[in-house]
Amino acid sequence: MAERSPATRRMLWLVLSLVFAFLYIPIAVLVALSFNEGGLPTAWSGFSLKWYVSLAGNSAILSAALNTLIVALVSTAIATLLGTLLAIGVEMRRQYGKGLEALIFAPMIIPDIVLAIALLSFFSMLNLTMGLHTIILAHVVFNLAFVCSVVRARLKSFDWSIVEASTDLGASAITTFRRITLPVIAPAVIAGALLAFTLSVDEFIIAFFTAGAGRASTTLPMQIYAMIRFGITPEINALATIVMAVSVTALTLSQRLNRGITGQ
Amino acid sequence: MRYVPSRSSLLMAPALAWLAALMVVPCALVLALAFFRRGIYGGIDYTFTLENFGQVFDPLYAGIFLNSARIAGTATLIAVVIGYAAAYAIAAAPRRWQPVFLFFAVLPFWSNYLIRTYAWIVLLNREGLITQLLRWVGYTGEPPSMLYTEGAVIAGLVYNYLPFVILACYAPLSRLNPELAEASRDLGASAMTTFRRVILPLTVPGIAAGAVFVFVLSIGNFVTPALLGGGRFQMIGNLVYDQFLTANDWPFGAALAMALIAIMLLVLMAQAIAANRASGRIAEAEGNANG
Amino acid sequence: MSEPRTLLAIDRVSKNFGRVTAVDGISLDIRENEFFALLGPSGCGKTTLLRMLAGFETPSDGRILLDGKDIARMPPNKRPVNLMFQSYALFPHMSVRANVSYGLEMERLPAKEIRARVDAILATTELVPFADRKPEQLSGGQKQRVALARALVKRPRLLLLDEPLGALDKKLRGAMQLELKRLQHEVGITFVIVTHDQEESLVMADRMAVLKDGKLLQCDTPHAVYEHPAERFVADFIGVMNFIPGKVSADGVVAANGARIAGKVPAALSSGAAAVASVRPERVRLFPSADTANRTTGTVEVLAYQGLDLQLHVRTPLSPKPFLVRVTADAADRRPVASGDQVELGWDAADVRIFAE
Ligand SMILES: Nc1ncnc2c1ncn2[C@@H]1O[C@H](COP(=O)(O)OP(=O)(O)OP(=O)(O)O)[C@@H](O)[C@H]1O
Ligand SMILES: [Mg+2]
Repeated sequence: MAERSPATRRMLWLVLSLVFAFLYIPIAVLVALSFNEGGLPTAWSGFSLKWYVSLAGNSAILSAALNTLIVALVSTAIATLLGTLLAIGVEMRRQYGKGLEALIFAPMIIPDIVLAIALLSFFSMLNLTMGLHTIILAHVVFNLAFVCSVVRARLKSFDWSIVEASTDLGASAITTFRRITLPVIAPAVIAGALLAFTLSVDEFIIAFFTAGAGRASTTLPMQIYAMIRFGITPEINALATIVMAVSVTALTLSQRLNRGITGQ
Repeated sequence: MRYVPSRSSLLMAPALAWLAALMVVPCALVLALAFFRRGIYGGIDYTFTLENFGQVFDPLYAGIFLNSARIAGTATLIAVVIGYAAAYAIAAAPRRWQPVFLFFAVLPFWSNYLIRTYAWIVLLNREGLITQLLRWVGYTGEPPSMLYTEGAVIAGLVYNYLPFVILACYAPLSRLNPELAEASRDLGASAMTTFRRVILPLTVPGIAAGAVFVFVLSIGNFVTPALLGGGRFQMIGNLVYDQFLTANDWPFGAALAMALIAIMLLVLMAQAIAANRASGRIAEAEGNANG
Repeated sequence: MSEPRTLLAIDRVSKNFGRVTAVDGISLDIRENEFFALLGPSGCGKTTLLRMLAGFETPSDGRILLDGKDIARMPPNKRPVNLMFQSYALFPHMSVRANVSYGLEMERLPAKEIRARVDAILATTELVPFADRKPEQLSGGQKQRVALARALVKRPRLLLLDEPLGALDKKLRGAMQLELKRLQHEVGITFVIVTHDQEESLVMADRMAVLKDGKLLQCDTPHAVYEHPAERFVADFIGVMNFIPGKVSADGVVAANGARIAGKVPAALSSGAAAVASVRPERVRLFPSADTANRTTGTVEVLAYQGLDLQLHVRTPLSPKPFLVRVTADAADRRPVASGDQVELGWDAADVRIFAE
């Protein structure tokens, strides 16, 4: 690009600084207050880890965290398998209908609240007892769509002639998949899985509607929502900080593995 | 060789079955529910009616729809303006910094939605950071009430979806052949004219994608109005929630959900048409610069 | 004939990108109405120099004078100079007509005049049938003409063309070369063209400049550059040349095998210094007459037809590389040679150029 005048350059830096300030100040305040000694949510009174300690003793939060972990791990495992197979199946076809495309795309854009009430109606119609298992069933729906889209992005640049070459050299379909296709798409599969895991850990509304009654199947976001409704406490700040650290780590890993997600 | 229909179908079958059973059928069920009556004690009375859809247009509820559309529209507008400016600035930064900036612009998007919304409660509450700042500059009056206002809801929506707009606008901006802008300057256009007549038209698809995303997610949002609007600013999402969990009028809730889907489909269709028109010229604009 | 007027003076212009010096103290005069070619290997700074003329880069040092006025810091949209981009940079969302009229709209000319001038230039460039198409619906040659029309319609004092024919196939290239020359005569604009292709510059340019590593090596007419290269590099870069390494003697160069190559020794070279004698392939004769100043024998290794001419690769004791000899088809018919034949080669002292090694 042609050289920009100093004034233009200053302007662009100013825009960047303001946007990043807007994006990060709220989070920074939250994180800072999680280390605040005092019980008052906003006035700083000294550094302390006591809210993290008290978190460790909060059995409701711990069991919610465990539930979230179970839901996220199981739904991610299923979604990764199904989503990857789906992606390969779709990309193997030279042409496919708009309907198929829409069906795969739908879970990513359908409003959460709609999917949530749809599943609630469906499960109660079947008289299914709801719990962690129904949350998992629900989470796989959108997770598999995200895994599929990440893997498909990778497969778009996949040279299918190497599959033909492998078959030509005498490999069976399964050997070809294991030795040729899978190694090529593995980074995308892992990136997709990490993405699914993050989404599942953070998901609130669908879990809320499909968890059924009782505390036994409360997930972490549901717990956080309940706490937020109750008011601002330093404990939420500490919990929020931990949850953010976990998602940010997962995302960073996912990015490393697959530069295609955000760069498109 | 590549296209083996039976094998491809086999691979797709499990996922498609899952989607059919747990998305298509439940959504069809909701659609069906919308045509039934509410039972006397909650529950469902299986007699056909169009009342629920009629009720959607009842001034009370239509007002909430309009309200939601206004809030979502305002949030979309603000997010697109800020997001486009940010994407432009990132695309203008030195090449090797761009991925870094982009990464940090998107990072908040991947932290928990509830937590990001909660961060605004911390900022905006009566004893929050903003009040403290006002105090610090010498303000002594009543703390301003910022939480539980429409502004707070809009701020929360903008904050939550801004990263996506940045991402969507950055893609076409970074792929735009810089020689196009240079050619425009070379032909005598000012920087402003170049922006208006060359850069903006060629990056409209990114803006449209970002705008649709923000609008669709905002208008069906439940968490932000519930937390930052404090229940005072009802949006469609909250209304659906209430019908299912409080008022126990599932058929009406289903009709509202279908109305939401209809709005979403309309917006997506408009975008698809716009994108189709633009798709041809985009490929051309993305040629790489020489030298 | 009076001395042609200087339109653009480039005065000791340099450009650094960080530690890279892309253009290094170049001074050049470009005259009114001439067709000037900038030539040099990849990365020598041609594009950078052109972009400074167009206003997209600011020189780190030096002045650029247009009609005697320094324009080095004038923004591109205010310069009476237009650039035709190598990638054409056509606006993909505008029709051919809209692309061409864009520059005139920027001058805020009345709509009627814009229309008239656009119509005229579309006719000149034979683009009338494509006026309403989008760039993506055009062939490479048509796009190139649109880019040209878009720049020409503004009637710039100076039109800069960055490898305008780079993307075209050989045949189309030849046609476009003639077309460019014709247009230049028709519209009377000064052209500065950048090219990789030495043949192209020989065909088209009134004068040419050869650049290397950001420095100007030589600036002259194509004929002078071809016949009297200023440096070994220029001799090698423009056209084909046979080089014979050796040491300077009183009246020529003594090759490694002791043979004497007669030729005019440049004043700067002292006796005994390492040097190369060189001769163009078309100046070398097969089976020369006895009084030819420079003679050698060798074995034919390869015969290759180049169009109507025959090119021989002859292994000689003079240089490690085979000697290239260009023989017309006529001559080859009169006295046929075959691979493996012993032949005699000869050339005149006047055709020898001697350079420092
Ligand atoms: N914006 C830039 N930043 C850093 N270095 C640059 C920049 N532009 C050019 N260069 C360097 O300056 C030198 C000259 O580049 P330039 O593009 O002018 O060469 P060129 O003669 O046009 O080459 P080509 O024939 O390959 O187009 C090169 O070494 C190039 O790497
Ligand atoms: Mg170049």
